[in-house]
Amino acid sequence: MGLALGIATDALAYGMVLYIISIGLSVTMGLMRVINLAHGAFAMIGGYLASWGLQSLGLGYGTAILFAVAGAVLIALPLERFLYRRVYGTHDPLPQVLLTIGITFAIIGIANSLFGPTLKPIPLPEIFRGPVDLGFRTVPAHRLVVIAAGAAVALGLWLLVERTDFGIRLRAAVDDARMASALGIRTDVIYAAAFALSVALGALGGVLGAEILPIEPYYALRYMVTFLVVVSVGGAGSIGGALGAALLLGLVDVTAKYLAPEYGEFFFYLAVIAVVAAFPRGLLGRA
Amino acid sequence: MAATKMAPRSPIARDRLVTAGGLAAIAAAGAIGLVLFPNDLGFLTRVLATALLVLSLDLVTGYCGVATLGHAALFGGGAYASGMLAAHGGIQDPLVLLAAGLAGGLVTGLVSGLVILRATGLPQLVLSIAVVQLASALANKLSGWTGGSDGLSGISPGPLFGRFAFDLWGQTGYLLGVALLLVVFAALRALVLSPFGLLCRGIREDVIRVGALGARVRPALVAMYGISGAVAGLGGALSAVTTGVVGLDSLSFERSASALVMLVFGGAGSLGGALVGTVVFQVFEHAVSAANPFHWLTLVGLLLIAVVLFLPRGLQALPARLAGLVRRRAAPARGGA
Repeated sequence: MGLALGIATDALAYGMVLYIISIGLSVTMGLMRVINLAHGAFAMIGGYLASWGLQSLGLGYGTAILFAVAGAVLIALPLERFLYRRVYGTHDPLPQVLLTIGITFAIIGIANSLFGPTLKPIPLPEIFRGPVDLGFRTVPAHRLVVIAAGAAVALGLWLLVERTDFGIRLRAAVDDARMASALGIRTDVIYAAAFALSVALGALGGVLGAEILPIEPYYALRYMVTFLVVVSVGGAGSIGGALGAALLLGLVDVTAKYLAPEYGEFFFYLAVIAVVAAFPRGLLGRA
Repeated sequence: MAATKMAPRSPIARDRLVTAGGLAAIAAAGAIGLVLFPNDLGFLTRVLATALLVLSLDLVTGYCGVATLGHAALFGGGAYASGMLAAHGGIQDPLVLLAAGLAGGLVTGLVSGLVILRATGLPQLVLSIAVVQLASALANKLSGWTGGSDGLSGISPGPLFGRFAFDLWGQTGYLLGVALLLVVFAALRALVLSPFGLLCRGIREDVIRVGALGARVRPALVAMYGISGAVAGLGGALSAVTTGVVGLDSLSFERSASALVMLVFGGAGSLGGALVGTVVFQVFEHAVSAANPFHWLTLVGLLLIAVVLFLPRGLQALPARLAGLVRRRAAPARGGA
């Protein structure tokens, strides 16, 4: 029972980290139809900036998160304008793969030379460090924060996409970019804003999840595949699908690592094959 | 094809000329490597094994339009088949080991083709990743057979044809690799020019129309996956025979991704492009990482970005691009005032 609860909290926290980062990727892949293999690199940039802000600039935890998110967006926007925009929606995915792997390599190389190859800690504030007694069990406070943040991101994104003017324009641009621009919607601005949103979510997830996915230069390559898998299993562009996929795959991965660690990622990818075979468009993918 | 300026020749004669030219180029490059870099033959043999992997990837990605980030599973399938036969079966004949690699790659190719071809687009890419990760986790788990993360050692091939031993300088392994590449290149040229190759290119261009014409799409793609697996398996076996070890990296996601990078870098859908991409990328990586261990990855990344921006069809389009530039320069001079 204790083990099951431990697995459940860890799985939920891991799933939420996967969700916060992957939903950002899902936005770019669903909207701009770009296979963005550099998304993990943006999450990593967020983590590095937060670590730098906390350790060298003496920022508080909350300020450091804002600093990291804003910094990652500022770094990513020129990349969007000058590189990504050239490969939006191309029929052939290969240039997208090559371009975004190239960006990832460059970011890894730069991170390695600026910050060195070691793990970068993101020290938590005092209140998140200790255990919290839930009555039936104590869990690390950080896990609860991550779970709450994931739920808040899911709710906030849903409100943004379904209930705001920006959301209407965004959905119009997704459904038919040419018609939307003919109706006077500035699709290039929408794209840039959606890209910024995607990077911001990635950076936020990178900072919050640093306890679970530690920040080091090869972060960008190591977890890139996991994020891509979550998006695909959920269905690109689907908020609910990504949430479901992140929680499901998080549960499979954490359970397998608790019970059969010697199998590594075996069960995780077995689950991926099973889900994709059953739902070729992802759990909640658009036709 | 920039065939407009050539003298009128029949397409068949032109295709034969391209094949012969490719073979000559491989043989010449092989001789240059042997004469000029006798101390780097180990590295060059690794390039040759990778070239087989990238050629095999070109068959499914370039000619059939199946994007995959899991092709190293086929390379690793061949490497482990040949390595386990040598280490556990005590087989020493290098040609038998190569044949085992070919068979192992063929089987892995058919199996992973059956899985990967269930989906299209992004889910297909993700299935291909899942296949290679699954294979890698299995190889790690079955350490009794594969050596796990320590790698499989104890592969000691006997002399080739009973005469040429695999020595420290790696001349035998290198020449074996060059010979293998020549044979494979000739065979694959014949394959892609055959009616079957044409069918596969048709599937890449318009799968619905080819289906409507009565062709059976999935069996053709699975067959191509099998052939591709055999070629990749040969590459894996070459690597096992010449290095004497098989590690988990032979079926890693990283190897799959770098194979795709080299293919797109050189130009997918052209066997010559696949070879040029492999050689140029690996030599660039080798030279840059030796010269500057801190920034080499950044430079490799910038190189890839530059290729997408300026040569979206890969290095193989470079001659035509340059010729176009020269012509544009020359045209105003001739036609102007």
